[in-house]
Amino acid sequence: MKREMLKGNEAIGAAAIRSGCKLFFGYPITPSTEIIEYLAKHLPKAGGTVLQGEDEIASINMCYGAAATGARVMTASSSPGFSLKQEGISYLAAAELPVVVVNINRNGPGLGGLGPNQGDYFQCTKGGGHGDYRVIVLAPSRAQEMYDYTMSAFNLADRYRTPVVILADGMLGQTMEPVELRGQVTTLPEKNWAADGCLDREKRKIAMYNLTNEEGEATALRLQNKFSFIQDAEQRWENYCTEDAEYLLVGYGTCGRVAKSVVEEARRQGVKLGLIRPITLWPFPVKAFASLKQIKGILTVELNAGQMIEDVKLAVNCSVPVHLHNRLGGMLLSEQSILRKLAEVFHLEVTV
Amino acid sequence: MSLVPVLKRPKGLTEVPFHYCPGCTHGIIHRLIGEVLEELDIIGTTIGVAPVGCSGFMLDMLSCDMVGGPHGRAQAIATGIKRARPDRLVFTYQGDGDIAAIGTAHAIHVAARGENITSIMVNNAVFGMTGGQMAPTSLVGQKTTTSPYGRDVALAGPPINLPKTLAALEGAVYVASGSVDSPKNILLTKKMLKKAFRIQQEGLGFAFVSILSTCPSNWGMSPVDCLKWLRENMLPVYPVGEIKVAEEVKDL
Repeated sequence: MKREMLKGNEAIGAAAIRSGCKLFFGYPITPSTEIIEYLAKHLPKAGGTVLQGEDEIASINMCYGAAATGARVMTASSSPGFSLKQEGISYLAAAELPVVVVNINRNGPGLGGLGPNQGDYFQCTKGGGHGDYRVIVLAPSRAQEMYDYTMSAFNLADRYRTPVVILADGMLGQTMEPVELRGQVTTLPEKNWAADGCLDREKRKIAMYNLTNEEGEATALRLQNKFSFIQDAEQRWENYCTEDAEYLLVGYGTCGRVAKSVVEEARRQGVKLGLIRPITLWPFPVKAFASLKQIKGILTVELNAGQMIEDVKLAVNCSVPVHLHNRLGGMLLSEQSILRKLAEVFHLEVTV
Repeated sequence: MSLVPVLKRPKGLTEVPFHYCPGCTHGIIHRLIGEVLEELDIIGTTIGVAPVGCSGFMLDMLSCDMVGGPHGRAQAIATGIKRARPDRLVFTYQGDGDIAAIGTAHAIHVAARGENITSIMVNNAVFGMTGGQMAPTSLVGQKTTTSPYGRDVALAGPPINLPKTLAALEGAVYVASGSVDSPKNILLTKKMLKKAFRIQQEGLGFAFVSILSTCPSNWGMSPVDCLKWLRENMLPVYPVGEIKVAEEVKDL
């Protein structure tokens, strides 16, 4: 298998090409820019097209058009640019068009800074744009997962005809790691709904609007049924030392990665600590918590002011204490600080 | 004696009846496009894009595949379609309140890139569907619901002439300004539309046709008075004619 040293962002680009993605529309923004740069160099060699849009809004709507023809298509941005794409993503969800959207989270609000941050959790998992909809959100924690989850994202987008977001941060996007370039999509799923010219068939229309409230309700319910199905069928997470765990860390992306080392250190000191690393942020892996009856307390580790903690509390129905350990503004959480916080809130004997 | 229909519904139109306000000229323009699609035999290979507003009704009225999208974004969507399927013909059908306001960035850049699509602007000098607000194309002194004392240049500036603006860009190879106020102009406008599609068939670049249209409901006039108002007020500002015919399309 081909193995390359790639930045996380480049791994996303490499996976897109091997997923049969033929079109990329984007606009430069740090720390996501390596994605468009990598694809501008490599996608044309694979018979695809990279077009730099006049802005983020153009880019997401170009994706809308390409997806409407049945092509696999991707765009990538970072937080402020991702905000600009939200109207388009809402329209994609409504028109049921499969597009992969990458968000390499900066810290915000506003312009903010470039350091690793998870402040877009709410925006990504609760809809982001106007109206009642959700998008599938995948959260990689290393370059290999940037690659693997991108491959998954295209499949999920096509399977459910819905936009899929890959949410990472600048640390994951710009760290170089060895990546196995595994998998190569050769046949794409048939799309018997695409608007690609009605030569040998009836005319098709791709749009979502309602001229009557009754139609509006019927369409909205159909969409919600799909989201409910996804919510049940697509929860993904990684368990790390959870089997006998009495205390639990919950962290995704960069935090999930740091938390693993914390689990190892705590175990060395006799604390039965485990980790749940959500892979899908929406649907949130509620099922991960169902079988963990012996848990005495949970600490979420987040690079935001406490966003995922709300979903964790809902997942355990507030049956155990759930605390937050976080840092803001682009700063990382250290293993020591997580361990210290854990000892403090759960009164554990550990040496940091 | 039986009645023989002289004018048939062009194959480019579906059976969905036009449900525009009485006197609205959208129907005429739809028909012209329907005729062009049929005459060039491109119904099966064309994908149309219409954004929100009255233009959006067209999604059901044309026989080719149609894609609807957000306000102002039709040309970005059309770009995506064309880049995915360069073998297909792609057109956008947008109001002036759409392409000359919220969608201006795309209008400029699609022309600058020489995107091989055809864009049609229906200019009735107001935002139609939302109830007749001032558009970038509203005339100086024109009363609308958001310029109740008339468009004030000191406040809102003079109107934008989008065809002239786009003609300045190298990638726009054909820019024409039509009108459907009279049989003569209707026939002229059809020629412009046909040429704009032919340019795309030949892969020559971006073609843009602006078409003056009426909006009786929002102008607050009878359909006949609307046509008169268009001739007296809009035609002097947006004169009918081919504004730019690049060298490479002259032979078409």
